Amino acid sequence: MSAFVPLDQLRNTMADASLQTAIYAATGRLITKRKGSVGEETLPDYQALRDQAHGIKRHAIENLDFYLKQLETNVIAHGGHVVWCNSGTEVADFILSLAKQRGARLIVKSKSMTTEEIDLNERLEHHQLEAVETDLGEYILQLAHQRPYHIVAPALHMTRFDVADIFTRQLGVEREEVIENQTKIARRVLREKFLKADIGITGANFLVADSGAAVVVENEGNARLSSSAPRIHIVIAGIEKVIPRAQDLGVFLKLLGRSATGQALTVYTSFLSGPRRTGEVDGPDEFHLVLLDNGRTKLLADAQKRESLFCIRCGACLNHCPVYRKIGGHNYPWVYSGPIGAIITPQFHGVLKDPWLPYASSLCGACAEVCPVKIDIPRLLLDLRSDVVQARRWKGSARVEQATFRAFAWIATHPRIYASLGAWAALLAPRGDNGWLRRLPFFMRVGALKKWVSERDLPVPARKSFRQYWRGRPG
Amino acid sequence: MNREAMLERVRIALGHKPGQSIEEPPPVYLTRIERSKGERIALFTAALEALAGRVVRCATRETARDTVTSMIAGKQVVASQASYLRLCGISIENVETPDADVGITSADYALADTGTLVMISGAEESRLISLLPPTHIAVVPVSRLLENLDDLLTRVPRPADGTSSMVLITGPSRTADIEQILVRGVHGPGEITVILVDD
Repeated sequence: MSAFVPLDQLRNTMADASLQTAIYAATGRLITKRKGSVGEETLPDYQALRDQAHGIKRHAIENLDFYLKQLETNVIAHGGHVVWCNSGTEVADFILSLAKQRGARLIVKSKSMTTEEIDLNERLEHHQLEAVETDLGEYILQLAHQRPYHIVAPALHMTRFDVADIFTRQLGVEREEVIENQTKIARRVLREKFLKADIGITGANFLVADSGAAVVVENEGNARLSSSAPRIHIVIAGIEKVIPRAQDLGVFLKLLGRSATGQALTVYTSFLSGPRRTGEVDGPDEFHLVLLDNGRTKLLADAQKRESLFCIRCGACLNHCPVYRKIGGHNYPWVYSGPIGAIITPQFHGVLKDPWLPYASSLCGACAEVCPVKIDIPRLLLDLRSDVVQARRWKGSARVEQATFRAFAWIATHPRIYASLGAWAALLAPRGDNGWLRRLPFFMRVGALKKWVSERDLPVPARKSFRQYWRGRPG
Repeated sequence: MNREAMLERVRIALGHKPGQSIEEPPPVYLTRIERSKGERIALFTAALEALAGRVVRCATRETARDTVTSMIAGKQVVASQASYLRLCGISIENVETPDADVGITSADYALADTGTLVMISGAEESRLISLLPPTHIAVVPVSRLLENLDDLLTRVPRPADGTSSMVLITGPSRTADIEQILVRGVHGPGEITVILVDD
């Protein structure tokens, strides 16, 4: 397995002191903010809301065929179009042909993990369409040709000096290191794009079946601009985003902002359905909802693991994960990082592509504890580890591991042999100083074990096996 | 084209029979509280001020008009077609929305718990007046001040029936994308003032 782990990359990340500080400080602040917003005083029914959210998501996902059809009917009733896409290529093809028909050249985009997932910008650029990211963090990353470091804080790893470099180089502006002024530069450049753009693309945090609506939450106003200023609005969303009723937002909106950034509500929550209606002052002339599969139906087929599709992309599991906080976002192989990335990436790409991913966890359970929709991430990680082993078995690799466990199973099911081996092991066990073993005897420093013990001290083994102790206990 | 194939994949993945009926969804979970008008106003004010928004109380529509007039002196302004603005006697010589320093609107509702304005797009309110200008002033009668999100969703259970766009606005536009330093007024208004009118 180790051959697949990006060890050099990991070492670089962990050796970079300023990057480590940046990740730790940023995730630490997000942890504090969340904690302050879900406490007994600020949100007394927080746990009840999590149960509700889980229940609604389970119901929606288990009846997805029904709700997709209901959603479609209502979008069409409000004058919108629904486009069903199997893959990223199909999404790009749809947008390209629409742009061609309408003579569109410039596209403004608001932050969307789903479009990151299908590399939409690259695909559009390839066909001479300009697609501009308008969320400040995403805009910086687009200029720097990087992918998001974090689901909700995409440029978490960058400093104002990095931004100054990028703006100077890519926009030709004078060097500016004050964050307020950097923000103003972005506002000015992007405002012009918003007013010129022919097409606006947004994602959706929720698709509401009973209303035919896309719900988009944000803080900057760029999603509102993307959906309202251009004459064509395209929503791109995974099919798992459907919830049954607008009234369910009472549950989800209370959880999403708080889990992500500690906000009771984000600055803007837009509830969008169809193009501008008769009598409305402004709004787009066309509204297209792209429903994307891109592998989601594969996840759906597994009754246990389909829970991964409940995710509302709040990013709380990343902030609380000791592994994410150490290795950051770019060492994960796909756009989804942290614990949620570790469970969905293998399911999208197959467990053997990055078999180390489900192991990138100490199974401490912090992710499950903060998940607003109560996805049992540690259990899913274990299921996926088991899938990795299973898949290797099919491929005939993992022979040593298999043989070891088979031997252990044989010993463990033969009590006499188990007992006598235990006694021998206790007798032969190495002695340490002050109760700790700093160095194992040479015959134990082999193979994978050698690496493992090189970083760890072990407690000195007891002089007697447990069985011996038990027999000899007084009374 | 893809529609049938995708729906079919979903159905098979879930192990449903064609045309299988579904179970009832979990009951709607919305809680109800009722506070006095005074409490709602105090909560709304505290919540919006915590986000660096401003709340001005006006006893009459005339004082609301005078407050607005003094706030916009010498500025380029655009106002929405809200009938409540007319009722207050606020009449503005509108500039084009992208050129305005100030956008004036009313709001369909306000939410006390979170300091939120609810804007429903229609003949009276536009999408862009509360969005493009750097300053947003909303003149709202206290009678439209609801308790919270649950209260709103109880009164407006299906927002899309009446509009292509309902937006909840909670404080000034903001970002913390660079070093998590809070900056207001990224793409939307950096300043927001709500004039609450008793009537």
